[in-house]
Amino acid sequence: MKLAIKLAYRNLIGAGLRTWLNVIVLSFSFVVIIWLKGIMSGWDYQAKTDMTNWEIGGGQYWQENYDPLDPFTLLDSHAPIPAELQPEIDAGAVVPMLIVQGTIFPEGRMQAVNIKGIPSDQKIFKIPTQKLDTATDAIPAVIGAMMARNSRLKTGDLLTLRWRDANSTFDAADIVIVDIFSSNVPAAELSQVYIAMDKLQEMMLLPGEATTLTFGESKENRSEISGWTLKTKTMLTKQVDEMIKTKSAGQTILFAILLLLAMLAIFDTQVLSIFRRQKEIGTYIALGYTRGQVVCLFTVEGTMHAVLAAIVSMIYGMPFLLWQAKVGWTMPVDASEFGMAMAQTLYPVYSIGLVASTVIVVTLTTAVVSYLPSRKIAKMNPTEALRGKLQ
Amino acid sequence: MENQSIITIEKLVKRFPMGKDSFTALKNINLKFGTGEFTGLIGPSGSGKTTLLNILGSLDVPTEGTVHVLGKSIGALTTKEAAQLRKESLGFIFQSYNLLAVHTVFENVEFPLLLLKYAKSLRHKMVMDALEWVGLTEKVHSKPPQLSGGECQRVAIARAMVKKPSLVLADEPTANLDAANSHHILKTMETLNRELNTTFIFATHDEKVISYLQRKIYLLDGRVDKDEIITSEKSVAQ
Repeated sequence: MKLAIKLAYRNLIGAGLRTWLNVIVLSFSFVVIIWLKGIMSGWDYQAKTDMTNWEIGGGQYWQENYDPLDPFTLLDSHAPIPAELQPEIDAGAVVPMLIVQGTIFPEGRMQAVNIKGIPSDQKIFKIPTQKLDTATDAIPAVIGAMMARNSRLKTGDLLTLRWRDANSTFDAADIVIVDIFSSNVPAAELSQVYIAMDKLQEMMLLPGEATTLTFGESKENRSEISGWTLKTKTMLTKQVDEMIKTKSAGQTILFAILLLLAMLAIFDTQVLSIFRRQKEIGTYIALGYTRGQVVCLFTVEGTMHAVLAAIVSMIYGMPFLLWQAKVGWTMPVDASEFGMAMAQTLYPVYSIGLVASTVIVVTLTTAVVSYLPSRKIAKMNPTEALRGKLQ
Repeated sequence: MENQSIITIEKLVKRFPMGKDSFTALKNINLKFGTGEFTGLIGPSGSGKTTLLNILGSLDVPTEGTVHVLGKSIGALTTKEAAQLRKESLGFIFQSYNLLAVHTVFENVEFPLLLLKYAKSLRHKMVMDALEWVGLTEKVHSKPPQLSGGECQRVAIARAMVKKPSLVLADEPTANLDAANSHHILKTMETLNRELNTTFIFATHDEKVISYLQRKIYLLDGRVDKDEIITSEKSVAQ
């Protein structure tokens, strides 16, 4: 094998431009596959990090009636905060949130919103809730950038908020936008208005009640609480995982096309080599190689394209991939339209596993593609091969 | 020339399939070759000389009869054993040189030694010795496309001789060379034959080669027509 590698290397380098064309095509596949996989990993990482920071924390307890996909449940989705969690809430390790329906009237238009009551001193979410402590005549409120853009709201805007309290009585008050945050998480921004927890409890006549209880530290084995449903971080990010999985499956087709193009070049080169190098094959056999060893030599030669491609990829691909990891890839369309936790700029994340698995898959595929045409050598008659007679 | 036999051919027949029939290339050949011979298989195209050479080189097998080369029965060898025989004991010289074009002269000559897994320092010494025999030490880094036909054939001789094989088989080695180069090549091989006691068997119909031979085996239509041993002044027909 050592000799085959040595000879294959000599043959490849000696073949000049033909080798380098294949290597460049293959290296392009390497870089694109690693980059696309990096984007996927980056998206996965970013989506989960953003969801953790802005929406789900380390997991949640949901009041048993709460269903974020069914607004009608919100009327009954509140219950007194369980006493056993009070120490954690006092320590800031758990953040209660009261969620009710309401209506705002930006520029005279009516828009249904979720009013979220959140303690202004909480530290689990990145939402700038400390701004809710602002002393104003109107109720201080914080909204997300996506909502601000859709509703054409800006900091300092005053607008009317209407809600229905626990006694089913409609009431209204003015709110003032004290801050606008940007999170990449549509669920945390679109149609969401954040006001101080105690203020919302007062408005709703629901003192000491909450809809969700978010804990900062992610634990899969938290105890069950009666009347509350435990939603671990894994459960809450499952949708993201499934979405990434679906996207990855779609990307596999692209990888397959890229690999196919590269493999076609390798296969062609191998077929052409065996066709053109019959005398050489005969010579190897005359000098003491078995046909099996010649098959091995040609297979190694083909496979070495992948090794050289990996090296070439490192030379030009590494700076490109590192640059991309730094500046990210900005999507040409507005990511907030997608309705999922997706940043406008995605930063690829590369792991050793990702790079190694890509190199292994491409190299193994190249080996198989190199071997297939090389099998023809095993059927060659060495005396005819020596004369370069086509077989 | 010594009489110790290194090749024994008995009742050799070689047939090639041709559609439903077969073509008989060698018919009842009986020959013996001794160590250190400088022998030619002479005959026109189609007389069977290359076929015989291929069988002697374990690149092909007899259809009938037996061929023993260096004590090994060619027809009974496995593919691996045949490759082992070629690797260790045989050298080949071809009409069109069959050098590895992308390798340098040094690498081409080194190749048989790589197969034998010789140490690097020993390989280097043996390659340089072989290139010195053929007068090409100044061309070690050249590649075959940069060499003349004569030089290429000298590299091929060096490659065949570098491992000091017992037997060298040369198929029309001068067919692509001019007269001056042919004589140079033949003198080189003659010297190596004399100095290393290597057996040379040529397949040829080139008069220049024939004039150097110590034994001439004339083949005609797959049969031995005449077997002539040349002594200093006269030839003796067997």
